Amino acid sequence: MKILVGVKRVVDANVKVRVKSDNTGVDLANAKMAINPFCEIAVEEAIRIKEAGAAEEIIAVSIGPSVCQEQIRTALALGSDRGILVETDEHVDPLAIAKIFKSIIEKEQVDLVILGKLSIDTDNNQVGQMLAALCNYPQGTFACNAELKDGKIEVSREIDGGEQTVLLNLPAIVTTDLRLNEPRYASLPNIMKAKKKPIDTFTPADLGVDVSTNLQTLSVEPPPERTAGIKVESVEALVDKLRNEAKVI
Amino acid sequence: MSILVIAEHDNSSLKSGTLNAVSAAVAIGDDIDVLVAGSNSDGVAAAAAQINAVAKVIHANNACYEHQLAESVAPLVADLGKNYSHVLAAASTTGKNLLPRVAALLDVAQISDIVEVKSENTFVRPIYAGNALATVQSSDPIKVITVRTTAFADAEAGGSASMESSDFIVEQAAAQFIGEQLSVSERPELTSASIIISGGRGMQDGENFVLLEKVADKLGAAIGASRAAVDAGFVPNDYQVGQTGKIVAPDLYIAVGISGAIQHLAGMKDSKVIVAINKDEEAPIFQVADYGLVADLFKALPELEQAL
Repeated sequence: MKILVGVKRVVDANVKVRVKSDNTGVDLANAKMAINPFCEIAVEEAIRIKEAGAAEEIIAVSIGPSVCQEQIRTALALGSDRGILVETDEHVDPLAIAKIFKSIIEKEQVDLVILGKLSIDTDNNQVGQMLAALCNYPQGTFACNAELKDGKIEVSREIDGGEQTVLLNLPAIVTTDLRLNEPRYASLPNIMKAKKKPIDTFTPADLGVDVSTNLQTLSVEPPPERTAGIKVESVEALVDKLRNEAKVI
Repeated sequence: MSILVIAEHDNSSLKSGTLNAVSAAVAIGDDIDVLVAGSNSDGVAAAAAQINAVAKVIHANNACYEHQLAESVAPLVADLGKNYSHVLAAASTTGKNLLPRVAALLDVAQISDIVEVKSENTFVRPIYAGNALATVQSSDPIKVITVRTTAFADAEAGGSASMESSDFIVEQAAAQFIGEQLSVSERPELTSASIIISGGRGMQDGENFVLLEKVADKLGAAIGASRAAVDAGFVPNDYQVGQTGKIVAPDLYIAVGISGAIQHLAGMKDSKVIVAINKDEEAPIFQVADYGLVADLFKALPELEQAL
């Protein structure tokens, strides 16, 4: 079985981003960048399937500028076998990302695609579902458990009221939620070895995908600030404030 | 302009997120239809017909929609959606699972989690876990949108929409429903509760959540938790309030033993009144709290229960 994982380069989850003063976006100059945490979980899940003997090859794909190679190298150091960089300096919308993935899937004859459920920058939560639609594959989104069973994959999904379990034919698309697994760290020897693993580079045009968008960002603004209120001295004082000042109980 | 809102339901009752999505639709235009796709879901269709501002309910009532798998429902919505300028659903796990699949079938973008309608093609949505708000404009012929439910009021009752049934059937065997484990609770749902009391790592273990329950009983509140409390196994993951859990905006949010990590704040900072109870007076949660009480929660909670 061949598994494809997506690795997106995003601002590190611990960095508090600021909106640029001209309101064109957020200021990422000099910000620490990393693999999107949900993508890390996707890589880990693929590695576990391979370690269990159920997969032969893991391909890590990133779409973006050439520096995305760093995130592919990390995925290779963790245990992916080879990388594909689809290089572009343009902003690429989820639908075009899904089209790029589709073209790679068709080329590589992939059986299972594992993606993060969302990236922590754009917060879209779309690519896996869109890719599943374009390929007419089943989708196991927001996965908190995934198990291969007789040529199918059983996925438990985090839903609003609890959990739902679905059984999907392969090929399938799985998107990861936080509790699917705990990603490992790359060891130094594996980081060294990863430098020798191959990364192929294409452009979206090579894959026949037009990345122009029908969705323009007009402005990006900071959210309204919430200011700290007061400290109360006791539970009685708190209850009094809630009853008589805020009038919420 | 014509707008199709996808009803969220469990075949027996209409979920409140549908009402918020209809409110967002009202802000866009006034020709609003609602799709109820389910099985044995007559009651849901009847309830949807009573939402004010809804002109027509399209009822696709067939066994193939029983579990509302995206693989089954997306082709139906895409087929209907061709006749509309907008397709909306609540940004619940159901809506988020379904609408990107619909958008891809229609070959248009999807706009996630809108919090404001500026015009029929311009919307505001949070990015970077709510640390920024992006205003986006779509030139697609069909705008496929999920709606952050806490940002829009419940649409009111009092309508009498016409009813149309759809006999569109989707045969698919690639995805099969196996089962569901749903939390059973007598308490209000987190996303629609007017008061929420949440516990964090400071609760120390799951059994101590009984202290929150006692206060919640007095207030008729829902119970939530921080990611730290869920990851520590104190409570199930559907309790989680935060960027990756549920986004809530009740009238009163009481955070107990929660430090206030960015990802938690992203899920509750739009609450009207925030109370923080924490023994660490430096905890970041106090920076967003209207009322802060620096106290040991194991003392404060029983006192609070008594005082209510």
